[in-house]
Amino acid sequence: MQTQRFTRLLAAAVMAGSFAIGSIAPAFADQTLLNVSYDPTRELYKDFNAAFAAKWQKDSGETVTIQASHGGSGAQARSVIDGLDADVVTLALEGDIDAIAKATGKIPADWKTKFPNNSTPYTSTIVFLVRKGNPKGIKDWGDLVKDDVQVITPNPKTSGGARWNFLAAWAWAKQANGGDEAKAQDYVGKLLQHVPVLDTGARGATTTFVQRGLGDVLLAWENEAYLSLEELGPDQFEIVTPSFSIRADPPIAIVDGNVDKKGTRKVAEAYLNYLYSDEGQKIAAKHYYRPIKPEAADPADIARFPKLTLATIDDFGGWKSAQPKFFGDGGVFDQIYKPAQ
Amino acid sequence: MKAHSPTRWRFKRPSVIPGFGMALGLTLTWLTLLILIPLSGLAVRSSALGWEKFWSIALDQRTLNALRISFGTAFIAAIVNAVFGIILAWVLVRYRFPGKRVIDAMVDLPFALPTAVAGIALATLYAPNGWIGQFLTPLGIKIAFTPAGIVVALIFVGLPFVVRTVQPIMEEIDKEVEEAAATLGANRFQTIFRVLLPGLAPAVLTGFALAFARGVGEYGSVIFIAGNLPFKSEIAPLLIVIKLEEYNYAAATAIAAIMLILSFTMLLVINLIQSWSRRRYGYGA
Repeated sequence: MQTQRFTRLLAAAVMAGSFAIGSIAPAFADQTLLNVSYDPTRELYKDFNAAFAAKWQKDSGETVTIQASHGGSGAQARSVIDGLDADVVTLALEGDIDAIAKATGKIPADWKTKFPNNSTPYTSTIVFLVRKGNPKGIKDWGDLVKDDVQVITPNPKTSGGARWNFLAAWAWAKQANGGDEAKAQDYVGKLLQHVPVLDTGARGATTTFVQRGLGDVLLAWENEAYLSLEELGPDQFEIVTPSFSIRADPPIAIVDGNVDKKGTRKVAEAYLNYLYSDEGQKIAAKHYYRPIKPEAADPADIARFPKLTLATIDDFGGWKSAQPKFFGDGGVFDQIYKPAQ
Repeated sequence: MKAHSPTRWRFKRPSVIPGFGMALGLTLTWLTLLILIPLSGLAVRSSALGWEKFWSIALDQRTLNALRISFGTAFIAAIVNAVFGIILAWVLVRYRFPGKRVIDAMVDLPFALPTAVAGIALATLYAPNGWIGQFLTPLGIKIAFTPAGIVVALIFVGLPFVVRTVQPIMEEIDKEVEEAAATLGANRFQTIFRVLLPGLAPAVLTGFALAFARGVGEYGSVIFIAGNLPFKSEIAPLLIVIKLEEYNYAAATAIAAIMLILSFTMLLVINLIQSWSRRRYGYGA
């Protein structure tokens, strides 16, 4: 259909754009890999790509150029569906990779079994970023619904991170109320009334909180929170780790359909496997992702992660049931969203 | 704008000027490729829903709110742009002053700037701690992250439309017309409202329609300043993006189709008013 061809053209243009920005490698490389990722992984993959390219050069003598495309996880998945030639995807949510698998068949349905730990090389969690001195005295989830507290979180309809935020809040409330779903829904509904702005992505929400000075607490990926702290100086913000949160699993997959066409399967597999190597794990920890092999990382990096109780997506029956139930059309989010008047 | 066959509906008589057949053929092909096919793709996709589903999406409270916000803010912004666009054009056409060229060039900047950049800049300015926002907040005026912020963004992106459509028409108005009005005893007020504005009306309407249409479809500049709260400051284009995020292509195209129908109807009405006023008052009619 014409429209589809048009979207493909558009995707090509977008891709060309991200090539221009994403690559810093020599002009004539032997191999080219395109990693389509989500927003807060920019810094991680900048480091990791350089490390992998060096290793690949040493091991095989080939030069590999890795191009990185970053954006909202769902939007990135859609670009791949529309024809963006990604070799590998490293997205924020399982559901986004499932969507590619379902829509294009370029990823096998059992992609989760292809790499260790359900194809998740590093995890993260959801923490609070508050203003220096924590003026509102925010310690845990319950404090977020106090009268004068404003909470910044992106829109779960458009942001993968926001879905983790939502589920973390839900998991806490459910656990705090002895497993009562109705009370959890009540809490999250109240929480949403304390949200003055719903940005479309995690980076936008960070900007709203940090640059525009809006809100008292930002719900953020742990790595994003540490990065904000690092970038903006620890004299303005501090991180509050709640007693209970959710383990956020950003998965990875090879886009079989594309690597077979481009003949890049070997290097793509090596690339993703390298995430699981000691070096890869070390780089992940350095960028505040929790490595699945903490023993491989720098102990000083690991020491930065506070211990807390973590729910997992399995407590929600996996993304396959959580996604439609909470964030689908007419789902829980749609039902409880009553804007503060 | 000229070359209208006098008010009757009929095809043109063969003309001494050659090339009508080829030009029309090219026009139709070009329009079909660029506009009709993509838009019919929209219709086809949304028709996959069936009427019942289509209506339930169309009449959903959230969709209605988003449409109301999109069209409402675009309308207000277009009106503001119409008023200030006329004044701007007037100053640029009628007076000579240092820096005029610079101001003239500045008018076009919103065309050239990526709208997302405009949105981020405006949000930074009008946020509670922004350069402008910090003075408004103590007065209890909130611009950023409210519908007022959307209006500000749409005024910004729509500004050049009115100025650029009104300017050439204004240049055509002879000074003698105003002088004649003055000699016949009209005061300044009468000269503006009874002599100048009626003649400019078609151009102003065109500019208004363009600014309005741009505002309805605007996405980049708005989402940064709107706050994006459902029912409150969520614009219809964002709702379309949300549906796409849910991989709900049919619903997204349905909302798009509704916007298309609404926009087309409004533009058609504006065009009719415009051609009526051109016949009634217009210059170059």
